[in-house]
Amino acid sequence: MEANRIIPDPSKVREELIQKYPAKVAKKRSKSIVINDPDTIPEVQANVRTVPGIITQRGCSYAGCKGVVLGPTRDIVNIVHGPIGCSFYAWLTRRNQTRTESLMDENYIPYCFSTDMQEENIVFGGEKKLKQAIQEAYDLFHPKSIAVFSTCPVGLIGDDVHAASREMKEKFGDCNVFGFSCEGYRGVSQSAGHHIANNGVFKHMVGRNNTPSEGKFKLNLLGEYNIGGDAFEIERIFEKVGITLVSSFSGNSTVSQIENAHTADLNVILCHRSINYMGDMMETKYGIPWMKVNFVGAESTAKSLRKIAEYFGDEELKAKVDAVIAEEAPKVKAVIEEILPRTTGKTAMLFVGGSRAHHYQDLFNELGMTTVAAGYEFAHRDDYEGRHVLPGIKVDADSKNIEELKIVPDPELYNPRKSDAELEELREKGLEINGYEGMMKQMTKKSLVVDDLSHYESEKLIEIYKPDIFCAGIKEKYVVQKMGIPLKQLHSYDYGGPYTGFEGAINFYRDIDRMVNNPVWKMIKAPWEKAGNGKGLSASYVTQ
Amino acid sequence: MLLRHTSKEVKVREGLTINPAKTCQPIGAMYAALGIHGCLPHSHGSQGCCSYHRSTLTRHYKEPVMAATSSFTEGASVFGGQANLLSAIDTIFAVYDPDIIAVHSTCLSETIGDDLQQISKKAKDDGKIPEGKYVIYASTPSFVGSHVTGYANMVTGIATQFGVSTGVKKSQHNIIAGWMEPSDMREIKRIAQVLGVNIVLFPDTSDVLDAPQSGKHLFYPKGGTTIAELKSIGDSLSTLALGSISAEPAAIALEKKCKVPFETVDMPIGLSATDRFIMVLSQRAGVKVPDEVTAERGRLVDVMCDMEQYLHGKRVALFGDPDQLLPLTEFLLDLNMKPVHIVSGTPGQQFDKQMRLLLNERSPETNFRNGTGADMFLLHQWMKNEPVDLLIGNTYGKYMARDEDVPFIRFGFPILDRIGHSYFPNVGYSGGLRLVEKILGVLMDRQDRDALEEKFELVM
Repeated sequence: MEANRIIPDPSKVREELIQKYPAKVAKKRSKSIVINDPDTIPEVQANVRTVPGIITQRGCSYAGCKGVVLGPTRDIVNIVHGPIGCSFYAWLTRRNQTRTESLMDENYIPYCFSTDMQEENIVFGGEKKLKQAIQEAYDLFHPKSIAVFSTCPVGLIGDDVHAASREMKEKFGDCNVFGFSCEGYRGVSQSAGHHIANNGVFKHMVGRNNTPSEGKFKLNLLGEYNIGGDAFEIERIFEKVGITLVSSFSGNSTVSQIENAHTADLNVILCHRSINYMGDMMETKYGIPWMKVNFVGAESTAKSLRKIAEYFGDEELKAKVDAVIAEEAPKVKAVIEEILPRTTGKTAMLFVGGSRAHHYQDLFNELGMTTVAAGYEFAHRDDYEGRHVLPGIKVDADSKNIEELKIVPDPELYNPRKSDAELEELREKGLEINGYEGMMKQMTKKSLVVDDLSHYESEKLIEIYKPDIFCAGIKEKYVVQKMGIPLKQLHSYDYGGPYTGFEGAINFYRDIDRMVNNPVWKMIKAPWEKAGNGKGLSASYVTQ
Repeated sequence: MLLRHTSKEVKVREGLTINPAKTCQPIGAMYAALGIHGCLPHSHGSQGCCSYHRSTLTRHYKEPVMAATSSFTEGASVFGGQANLLSAIDTIFAVYDPDIIAVHSTCLSETIGDDLQQISKKAKDDGKIPEGKYVIYASTPSFVGSHVTGYANMVTGIATQFGVSTGVKKSQHNIIAGWMEPSDMREIKRIAQVLGVNIVLFPDTSDVLDAPQSGKHLFYPKGGTTIAELKSIGDSLSTLALGSISAEPAAIALEKKCKVPFETVDMPIGLSATDRFIMVLSQRAGVKVPDEVTAERGRLVDVMCDMEQYLHGKRVALFGDPDQLLPLTEFLLDLNMKPVHIVSGTPGQQFDKQMRLLLNERSPETNFRNGTGADMFLLHQWMKNEPVDLLIGNTYGKYMARDEDVPFIRFGFPILDRIGHSYFPNVGYSGGLRLVEKILGVLMDRQDRDALEEKFELVM
């Protein structure tokens, strides 16, 4: 009911958002702006092209492939094949933290590798230079793996990064070299790049090492990129409850962990958008089910841990999970109880990513704050409405040219971890096995859902709703703050974090409290501006 | 060690660039276009380009950076981007209502051969550009030159597409800003005002990328060179280009088109370069240099005299962009310091020639390289072989500085982890003072940190 008090009439808001657009643009945008009803869940247009000229939050396929999925694995030398910019901009800007066991273990994350294509490479082809670059990287570092990423011109001039990679891999014999056709123009956003990355990692890495992993409860963490140390906190909790993390895709990960991932018994998915393909492919080939979880939020973390224990069906594990939750809860409670009076009743907007706009609503709920509007930057309909809409999604021209791998059960390694009946039973207990209900089911009635929010729409929304906090990325950060509203970056966390697990929840509560209650927002106007600056004042001292 | 795989042994690399000391053209074009009032930069390419450039500029300035994109998909890449750009122009004028759209190309649109001149003309012929509004363009292929080239190309586009000669001269002089900070541009304007010289400065990002917090987001902030000013540059008495790589090309183009004579001086960083700037500007405008400026100069020289013992012989490694590196190297030499290693990713023989001229005369043993093979990996290897007392460069230098335990000053682009560069200039005598203060600060902090207890000094 709180929501009704603060939410303006959403149909009027929608009209206002599209009013200024040319007719065709308005028609297109209106399908991506919907008024939520968690019971009926209306259709949201998503994963479609951004209208040229619209100031969008979105990036490109290369960013999704190299920047998001492959970037966090520390011991791959990632060579960007293209002009210098693409590699430069993705250099250390995503805050994927990583921790090696020893000070001299392989870690290439602080490095930027590029073929720095020049005009002659565009005209006469760049494959020779690429092979030279791979050779030099091998000679200098002798890495376990070298990955090659195609940028826009590479696809156009016809350089075959896959053939070049194969050739060098055969030549070296002890270094896995593989390529990604993740040219920036593929698809309509970063999302295409996630899919391309999933395909490549599955084809070239997963399953290369069949050594059985140790541990009783073995899982992979999918779609967790260790921004601000998120994965470290999850690792801490797993260790405490006795869960073995075989591999992570891909925060704080190594090549050998990913190559061994198929020996786990469960995949838990955090960022559904960027990694669900991997979950599906591993299920089909190896029989490992996946389950949607959320470690953003203290309650969500507790819930997710209980779901994992339920999946393994082990009483001892269940008891341990309960004990750990009980142990962690008091420090979370102490902080939230102190902060809650200062944040309750405030409003938030979240326009970011492909899952964060959903996950972080849990933390705002814990803070007593309402999410009045939310949307993703590069998600698909299933991330909004739930995976049940998947069969009905039309594959358009932009999605069609992204390869769908044909996966079949591995003749030797396929081993269903649970029977169909067992999985059905788990689903009945509320576990999202091979499923995801999406963001909208959790949002209040009449809240606004906007896909691929434009700059113009964001300013309008702020004017209309005057939220207490806006969550987005670096491009939006200072625009929104110039309007006198704090913006929390949910890509980089404003260089804070971690925000996962119990410690992360505490960090987030404190950060949001600090932001929405910072006195600086009341200091924007100068005292003379507040006083009307000269109007109606008489001078106290005037020279005659 | 952060850069634990960087070895001492330098091997020649022909294919692989590691830790580049440059980025690509379009970001420079975007930055230059932000220095025009009421202008929306437009990136003709994939969405990622625009997103990356906006993000990097935003991280550097902590300010809104508005720009649009042609949002290429595979179809546009195959069939050409004309339809995307025309549709973008429609959308932008309807929604964001700029006075000018400044389009720059990308590696993608250049590879497929999109002709921005032809598409802009078509937009005009099709009536897509409202009366009194403009679409200007610059070709900025990412596989040629560097971000500095892109800046120069957009500034040249601005000069030639706005500059007209009416035949009636105006009593003013053009100053073309090389790639410098809004604070530097503000300082150039202040110096001209103190000298009493009537100037048009372009581009000018002051009051754009250092906008005040007012509780309102001004989509087109107060600053930037205006259309009226830009239209008048063809009638100016002369042009002074600040930097031979980033500013001179525009001056040459304007001379060619409008017969405005030009002179190029180094960006006024440090004592000698500022001296030359003041001399040339005052002579061109026929004004006497006021005492106020002489006193400013005197304050800088005073500090250089008083603190010389802390600067003398200190070994410096520096990396960055040509137009800054030249006067900065000269300033270090004026300070009696020793530039030991210099690297710039920006290619070009002109820069190489100018730097070698300076070094041959005053520091022939300095390691210097620009263009191919000149990256921060090489610089780091040089530093391991011949250690230094100070590193100067953009934020990426902090990884080397930490590993080698060397004092570090952030200078250049991008600076992603400190503020100040947009507010406090590096140009002019006051900019020189700021640089000396920064250099002394880190060197003396190091001395304080490392001194034995009995050698710890109160007064320095």
